Amino acid sequence: MKRLFLMGLMALAAVAQVTVIENATIMSEGAKGTFKGSIVVKDGKIIEVGDKVMVPPGATVIDAQGQFLIPGIIDCHSHIAVDGGVNEGSVSVSSMANIRDVINPEDIAIYRALAGGVTAANILHGSANAIGGQTLVLKMRWGQDAEGMIFQGATPGIKFALGENPKRAGSPQGGRGAPATNARYPATRMGVEDVIREAFNEAKAYKATWDAYDAQVAKGQHPIPPRKDLKLEPLKEVLEGKRFVHAHCYRADEILMLIRVADDYGFKIKTFQHVLEGYKVAKEMAAHGAGGSTFSDWWAYKAEAFDAIPYNAAVMTKKGVVSSLNSDDAELMRRLNTEAAKAMKYGGLTREEALALVTINPAKQLGVDNRVGSIEVGKDADIVIYDKDPLSNYAKVQKVWIDGTKYFDRDSDVSARPSKELEKKKLADQEKPATPATRRPQ
Amino acid sequence: MKTFGLLIACAIAACAAANDTFFIRGVDVYPVTGAEMKGVSVLVQDGKIADIGAKIVAPKGMKIVDGKGLRLYPGMIDSNTELGLSEVSAERVTVDTGELGEFMPQLKALSAVNPESEHFPVVRANGITSVMTFPASGGRGGRGGGGSQYISGQAALIHMDGWTWEDMEINRSAAMHLIYPSIASRGGRGGLANVDFADEIALLFAGGSAAGTFTEAKRNYETQVAKLTEFFDNARQYQKERTANLPGFKRDLKFEAMLPVLEGKVPVAVPASRERAIHDAIAFADREHIKIVILAPQELGKEGPELKSKNIPVILGRTEALPENQDAPYDYAESLPGEFYKAGVKIAFGTFNNEFSRNLPYNAARAVAYGLPYDAALKAVTINAAEIWGAGDKMGSIEKGKWADLMLVTGDPLEVPTQIKALYIKGKEVDLSNKQTRLYQKYLARP
Repeated sequence: MKRLFLMGLMALAAVAQVTVIENATIMSEGAKGTFKGSIVVKDGKIIEVGDKVMVPPGATVIDAQGQFLIPGIIDCHSHIAVDGGVNEGSVSVSSMANIRDVINPEDIAIYRALAGGVTAANILHGSANAIGGQTLVLKMRWGQDAEGMIFQGATPGIKFALGENPKRAGSPQGGRGAPATNARYPATRMGVEDVIREAFNEAKAYKATWDAYDAQVAKGQHPIPPRKDLKLEPLKEVLEGKRFVHAHCYRADEILMLIRVADDYGFKIKTFQHVLEGYKVAKEMAAHGAGGSTFSDWWAYKAEAFDAIPYNAAVMTKKGVVSSLNSDDAELMRRLNTEAAKAMKYGGLTREEALALVTINPAKQLGVDNRVGSIEVGKDADIVIYDKDPLSNYAKVQKVWIDGTKYFDRDSDVSARPSKELEKKKLADQEKPATPATRRPQ
Repeated sequence: MKTFGLLIACAIAACAAANDTFFIRGVDVYPVTGAEMKGVSVLVQDGKIADIGAKIVAPKGMKIVDGKGLRLYPGMIDSNTELGLSEVSAERVTVDTGELGEFMPQLKALSAVNPESEHFPVVRANGITSVMTFPASGGRGGRGGGGSQYISGQAALIHMDGWTWEDMEINRSAAMHLIYPSIASRGGRGGLANVDFADEIALLFAGGSAAGTFTEAKRNYETQVAKLTEFFDNARQYQKERTANLPGFKRDLKFEAMLPVLEGKVPVAVPASRERAIHDAIAFADREHIKIVILAPQELGKEGPELKSKNIPVILGRTEALPENQDAPYDYAESLPGEFYKAGVKIAFGTFNNEFSRNLPYNAARAVAYGLPYDAALKAVTINAAEIWGAGDKMGSIEKGKWADLMLVTGDPLEVPTQIKALYIKGKEVDLSNKQTRLYQKYLARP
């Protein structure tokens, strides 16, 4: 408690201060491109960016000579900081479930993500259902409580899932024609489409009831409100454009299917997730306005991932799809910078285009590009400093700020290790005598 | 018809023979075993490196490759994969690792290698010319005996190209994959995890653990060690009876397969995660007088001096990995190779995987960022691996007389943006296209 209080004080102090980072190679991912220069941070925002900046009196000055400064990395697909399972798998439409209710701010993966330069992440429900649970965007404010982690102002989302995962529950035995005891519809891609259509069929009718009610209220009448339906409410928000759809998918057929379903019901798919065959239907995705958030080089781990290519992000980018690279994994999350570099190798993106895949592009996909994703005046001071070129395998994250507060410092981390080791040993020693050697405690 | 087929076969063979002789001009050679040589030429004859130097000239009429502005390295070697044995990991029918049975030394990964696997061209496009392919997945044992497999079979060292698995073979029995018993196992990436003392407490609290109490777990462990020891005793008895050629001697395929191990010709490759597991595995190898290679350790502990003094090599798992413990430093996996190196241990890298085998060099690079000297990292994906798997005289570096397993690249091969311009296996240029490049070109051109 005392420690938390102190940390709070320190955070407040840092925010109130002005910080100047000088002489860095800045890959801004904004209008200024890549240049050698400095930035000024005040009250959690970037207030000045330039080759040379005025150092306000009393400012903390950090000399980043020889180092690289980039906007905080944004992971458009993650399941960290979730307490317990990510799949409410009992029903085909689990839109009533909300990740927001199960945020665990003490998940060590948050700190590790920070140490990999990640400042924000889209935390998703699992992929067991055609329509899954509600999602939200977090900032990696390690040390804060669940509420303090939430990226306020980011548009909430909902997870959809197509293909093998949502249909798996339809055939628990796995085999064709096997007795499907407790099978949950759907078991095929046909059924997945139907589940989504049925749900939006309902949601449209639900919305119509509410629209009629709202219209009467607007006229000053006092009608009886319709019954709130917690399953349909988020789908109504989707129809109103207030909630983003992030759809897990693999194959081109199912991607195209969902675009057409969305067209029919008048809503948009904000991002296709994984979207390993996005390169095959990039034209249709671009026309719909859907983003694609994919893996760099995952493939062949399941049948629907067999046509995955590492050129996917580059092809989608070249064909006009706002693309990003995500992790879906607490480990990969820590090195999205070099995942971005793979889009240079596979498909020949420029350095700036490659880095955009993990900064400004995911910011666009989450509707927060007015706040984060680039180093520009007025944006949140979510900043990462690397010792070397961030697109190199040899680069290490040195410091990370979120809203102008430093949340990671490699030097501090390394120098604190001996004392932490000592503390751990002390605690272990205290435990030992009290522990029975052979009996399991009741 | 048969004659016609033979004729074609001959034509192809002749063609291949002609293609393994050429001359690379004006290239920067990084031999790995010596200092780099800038702007030299390399003569490849009959699949082998015949000469390297600034002054050598191409024999008349020989195919010349312009190496200007490019670098030449030996092809890389992944020391643990299941390539050729597993196509789509989630689809069991496409997976041939993990046989049933407790003692299966007679199984050979090599003869189950599918040369047409889509993984080969994908992996080699990133400069990997040979790999170790293991009969059990991820350093773990097979599914047999309730997960208590002791010997999974023979791991093979193979080239990444060939019409048949015989063409691909470098060493069909480069290692015997042995799973040494552990007190309790927890699923971990790239190998089994053993319980160390600190974990004993945790184990006590782990209600519902298959091992039950620590005492039970320890008893199980001792039973298993006894069983493994008995198998080795029987194999040795068989060896004696075989030598003596006693009347009524019956040939046994399992024990036959164990002979090269007993004779110290083939090492056992043993996954050992914790310090104590490494120690136990080495002690077992000492008792049995057999050679050993440690796979996928998660810690060095105090084992450095023992590994070094006994010349026991270690195959490190991916540095692209999370720490196993919550309270371990965030860069635990990245720092581990540097620790082994500093202790003087001979190391190589394995990806323990097919999907990410092509990222072998990036795992090495990540270790460099966190303390492993660059040269040591490069050796760990080339010459060290070749030596550990018994082919150090044939491959792993650019030296006269060695196979021309070469990659012609635009820069540092451990860095992501570096492009592979050409790849040679035994002097034969290998196609760098694959399923993925074909799909890329096809759909990039989609109107």
